Amino acid sequence: MAGLTGRKLIASRCAKFFKDGDFVNLGIGVPLMCVNYLPEGVDLWLEAEIGTVGSGPTPSWDKADIDVIDAGGQPASVIKGGSVYDHEMSFAFIRGGHIDAAVLGTLQVDQEGNIANWTIPGKMVPGMGGAMDLCAGVKKIIVATDHCEKSGKSKILKKCTLPLTGVHCVTDIVTERCYFEVTKDGLVLRELAEGYSVEDILACTEADVIVPDEIGVMS
Amino acid sequence: MKSKVVTREEALSRIHDGQTIMFGDWHGEFAADEIIDGMLEKGIKDIDAIAVSAGMADQGVGKLIKDHRVKSLITTHIGLNPIAKDQMFAGELAIEFSPQGTFAERIRCGGAGLGGCLTPTGLGTEVEEGKQKLTIDGKEYLLELPLRADVALIKATKADTAGNISFRMNSRATNSTMAMAADTVIVEVEEIVEVGELGPEEIDVPAPVIDMIYERTGEKRPMCPMWQRAKAKAEGGQ
Repeated sequence: MAGLTGRKLIASRCAKFFKDGDFVNLGIGVPLMCVNYLPEGVDLWLEAEIGTVGSGPTPSWDKADIDVIDAGGQPASVIKGGSVYDHEMSFAFIRGGHIDAAVLGTLQVDQEGNIANWTIPGKMVPGMGGAMDLCAGVKKIIVATDHCEKSGKSKILKKCTLPLTGVHCVTDIVTERCYFEVTKDGLVLRELAEGYSVEDILACTEADVIVPDEIGVMS
Repeated sequence: MKSKVVTREEALSRIHDGQTIMFGDWHGEFAADEIIDGMLEKGIKDIDAIAVSAGMADQGVGKLIKDHRVKSLITTHIGLNPIAKDQMFAGELAIEFSPQGTFAERIRCGGAGLGGCLTPTGLGTEVEEGKQKLTIDGKEYLLELPLRADVALIKATKADTAGNISFRMNSRATNSTMAMAADTVIVEVEEIVEVGELGPEEIDVPAPVIDMIYERTGEKRPMCPMWQRAKAKAEGGQ
């Protein structure tokens, strides 16, 4: 997958975290794009918060079933072997530690593994939906995000300033510029996207960054 | 077996101003649409609503919000209904946000006779404000209290005349949980069948907890407005 950039690169890198048979929750947008970049031999059970295990591709309109929807209420499908549940069971999967990984978008994320993605007070109040339960109950929380806001301000901070969605829960941060592992000591720069140097990342990241001796190339 | 089948007027006779009402749905899909339309026509107001989202302005509880019939809402998400946000900022609609899994468990507690649930969800966030924290085996949890309602408005795919109900695919959504958590449980269905036609394994919520069954008189399985718009856009080649 050489030559990928931007959001496609983020999705491709996130997809490499998954093992065959993993049970995962992918947020709408870039996180869901991960399914297009799964390594060969890796099939996933996709969880949809409405109550589907084995959520499948978006169907064409002539195949859409009004009783099969995704978390956002749009047409969805169920793969062979998939199943449907009620709301309680859906969140018992999430909160009960049954889900291997979740990929979330965000407004802010920080070096302590805190994430803020549900509200900008006074401006935007969509609500947290299922995000807080994912943060509380899923072992691996991968944040897939643009490195900076449109204004150029870093989204990767020393400390989130917006109301938090989850505390000390983020394990990995993937941007179009690099991949950070979140450790107890802070953010470790593990991989760089082609065209970016360590200096570039330090310049556009507000958080403290630990730079190890060996840094891989992101793909 | 006594039939629980009612007309829409009989169902609406149990719904009054100022009640706490649970709306089973998902963004206004899988909602009791004809009964909600009847509430609008009848002028029901001052509702304390409980619904997983604010629906959309033309779907589910969102229609009642748009018409200023709802004074408070306990929910998880209002992102698809900007009118709810505007009313919240204007001080016209009081909104309590509950994380979605917590929301589900609070309703389950309400229906199952439990005094609340202990969850790690929301610890360290605004959600913990004003709530008791308990430490169990060294791990901290929030105490979340049960939710119950005067009326639950449920949409199911099929019912039998005794009141057993059954859901197709994702349409159970929040409907099956809410059907346990209200004093009066009114179910709008696409089709009513005779007792015995739904087998024991097909019944998702059993008859004793259901009070009324209303069969849609309009289109049984209408495509929701959000889909109609998306489909028109797709077919318009945009």
